[in-house]
Amino acid sequence: MHPPTLWNWEPGQRVILSSMKAPEASAWVEEPYASPDGESLAALTTLTEGGCTALVNGEPWENTFEKGWHLRFSPDGRLTAVVQQDGMWTLAVDGEAWEESYDYLWGTQFSTEGDVIAACIQNGGEYGLCLEGTPWETLFENANQPTLSADGQSSAAVVQLASLKPADLDGFAAGVFGVAVDGQAWDANFLNVWTPTFDPAGKRVAAQVRTTLYDYSIAVDGQKWANDYGCVWEPRFNPASGSVVAPVRVAGAWGLAQDDQIIWEPKFAQCWQQVISQDGKNIAAIVAPQFGTFTVAVNGKPWGITLPVVTDLVIGRQGEVVAALGNTDNRDWRIMVDGKFWDGSWDMAWQPVISANGGHVAVKVEKAGRQTLVVNGRVYPREFTKVWEPTFSPDGTKMLIRALDKDAFLRIVAEVGRA
Amino acid sequence: MGITERLIEDVGIRRGVSRLTPEKIEKIVNAVLKGETGARLKTYAETCMRCGLCAEACHFALSHPDDPSYTPAGKVHQTMSVLLDKKGRVDPDFVYGMAQLAYTECNLCRRCVHLCPIGIDTAYIMSTVRRICHKLGVTPQYMQDTAHSHASTFNQMWVKDDEWTDSLIWQEDEAREEFPGLRIPLDKEGSDIYYSVIAPEPKFRTQLIYQAAAIMHMAGVDWTMPASTGWDNSDMCMFSGDFEMMGRLKRQHFESAQKLKVKRIVMGECGHAFRSVYDTGNRWLGWRHHPVPVIHAVEFYWELIQEGRIKLAKKFPGPVTIQDPCNIVRGRGLQEKLREVTRFLVDGDIIEMHPNREHNFCCAAGGGVINCGPPFKNVRVDGNTVKAEQLRATGVKTVITPCHNCHGGLHDIIHHHKLGMDLKFLSDIIYECMEKPEA
Repeated sequence: MHPPTLWNWEPGQRVILSSMKAPEASAWVEEPYASPDGESLAALTTLTEGGCTALVNGEPWENTFEKGWHLRFSPDGRLTAVVQQDGMWTLAVDGEAWEESYDYLWGTQFSTEGDVIAACIQNGGEYGLCLEGTPWETLFENANQPTLSADGQSSAAVVQLASLKPADLDGFAAGVFGVAVDGQAWDANFLNVWTPTFDPAGKRVAAQVRTTLYDYSIAVDGQKWANDYGCVWEPRFNPASGSVVAPVRVAGAWGLAQDDQIIWEPKFAQCWQQVISQDGKNIAAIVAPQFGTFTVAVNGKPWGITLPVVTDLVIGRQGEVVAALGNTDNRDWRIMVDGKFWDGSWDMAWQPVISANGGHVAVKVEKAGRQTLVVNGRVYPREFTKVWEPTFSPDGTKMLIRALDKDAFLRIVAEVGRA
Repeated sequence: MGITERLIEDVGIRRGVSRLTPEKIEKIVNAVLKGETGARLKTYAETCMRCGLCAEACHFALSHPDDPSYTPAGKVHQTMSVLLDKKGRVDPDFVYGMAQLAYTECNLCRRCVHLCPIGIDTAYIMSTVRRICHKLGVTPQYMQDTAHSHASTFNQMWVKDDEWTDSLIWQEDEAREEFPGLRIPLDKEGSDIYYSVIAPEPKFRTQLIYQAAAIMHMAGVDWTMPASTGWDNSDMCMFSGDFEMMGRLKRQHFESAQKLKVKRIVMGECGHAFRSVYDTGNRWLGWRHHPVPVIHAVEFYWELIQEGRIKLAKKFPGPVTIQDPCNIVRGRGLQEKLREVTRFLVDGDIIEMHPNREHNFCCAAGGGVINCGPPFKNVRVDGNTVKAEQLRATGVKTVITPCHNCHGGLHDIIHHHKLGMDLKFLSDIIYECMEKPEA
């Protein structure tokens, strides 16, 4: 069911599936996936008679397929799997295969609302994307690093625009890579292109480019920034201004550039994974003030807390809260919010979730093989076999918890103040 | 005697040199020396006593006993020392020889560090020479093509995204005939183990993926493999001198594992990739150590054996000998675990090469040398007659070595010298000997 405003937000617990026991026809059942609204638990199953299908709350899809993988729920609750039928690959959505099939299909992508589903395809040795099964009009010798606009109306990928002979140094140096948007290649070719990304409106695309083996920059809609840098990382559009912000490396140190102008002086040993608030006024990034020491910088100013590794940075819509995770050797995970550590350390932690109104932060965590949540710094008073990342209600007062307790799939709505 | 007397024509090196001018060379050499080196290089340059002890360390030098230009100190003398003495004022022809020497006559194996009385790391110096060559655009054709592949596909063999998962699904299919219920779980979040390989495995050594899946299945390991880029842990950019791409590759690798929230990365039987992941690439990115623990296959198999999770139906008939991969033995100290795993698997003696363990000689393929391709095959085969002698002296028929480059290098040496020996990965033997489901 979609959107979240229509979900059942009545506080309490419901048992959605009492047992994950495999049906008799199943040879085995793979790992489960929970629907965004918590009303369904799904898993791929291989059948004793051969072939596979998906189980949704224990019930198999009507259709079976030769092979299947990459089971994923769309944000709007549709269940998808990459499937093979008659030797050809396609996507099954809620058990129904797309009419179109390809020599290969993979890399399912969803629009923010989940109303558009895209995937990478290869047909006859040519590559591109398809939206809702419909392929780009033009396919390419290769296409990778796919991306879908937030509204799902446009898709893009890095594409190879000319063939290379074996060990073809001159051919490569001429630049054979570009970006195709909806199958239409940019006019400009580059030595390499990485991480194309759409602006929030889905109209413009920015990407990292390399014009020689040594000169890195950012290109926006095929137009390279005037300056070259020693290296760059992924660009992001400022949602409010439309400016493009990217980490850049100058004289061995990292900073941030916006539209080719330095906005954070290059003084960091690392700077990446920047996030920008919806109002465009706040930028945060993971930085290393010194070699081996990581933290978060907000608007160029590093927090005073550091750890050897920092990941999973997020920012509230208005920049009112910034959260990340830190760890030491992938253990002793700490939750970092607005420059302070929350109490407790964990064997593993997942990306923090911020409520739409910015007032609450929740994090899925694991310790000694048991999983739970930490909400606004307090540990939820119950552990589970497995829990999925929580979802806040649109008004931020409640939280949806999807969890496995032993063999039962639970849907819990908790009031945030009491969580 | 010297590199100028043994130049070999290479398309990539010639192409790069043809575009150089003395002015450009001087500018780039000094930019690297001033911008990217410091006390370490200066210390090495000023403290080498030319004592010659390193000559005994290098398989190239020992294989050319009458030519001191193959010694580690001799190689530095012909390259970095000249750049420092002349402050980068050298001509394009010099760069040709410097590139050939640095890329094809030094495996960066670090054996010479052990014999140097003051611990000079010649591999670091030669890596810096390679960095300069990269910045000059002078790299061997095949190595540069491999670097191009890394940059364009995030793997070293131009494997396209569909070819990767298609290969895994194919191997899973094949293996299910023998191991009902076997899975190669793709993108399974929260797994204990993220298993990564190098691109030759999906390209032409798919049996290694099959065998790894069989071992994981029978040992009951909670594991996954990534369905998208990051799966290839190899890194020829580290060896070509393109450190920016090296960092980009390692970022992709580690972030792929971090995204899946795995506990540890287990790497297949490859040596150089291990060096890139645990030592060089991670540090270029600013991490002091690896951000996700990295375990080489040798260590992983050793753990499984200690835990009783690998059960053998039979033992592999020995005797065998062991080729110690430089990057996991000198680099990580896995020599004893490698022998303990071998003893567990083999019925018979381990006939050691001499020297062995951390003092063993390189295969002469590592350090990217084998990736310089056919023009330089004879350089590394002729440059490692000591390895042929080591192998022959063992008198055994089977060589175990858990490294792709060692396999490539030793294959050519064994063939050239007609040694009649078989090469085995550990997973070859584990798969052959382990308990399997009843047919």
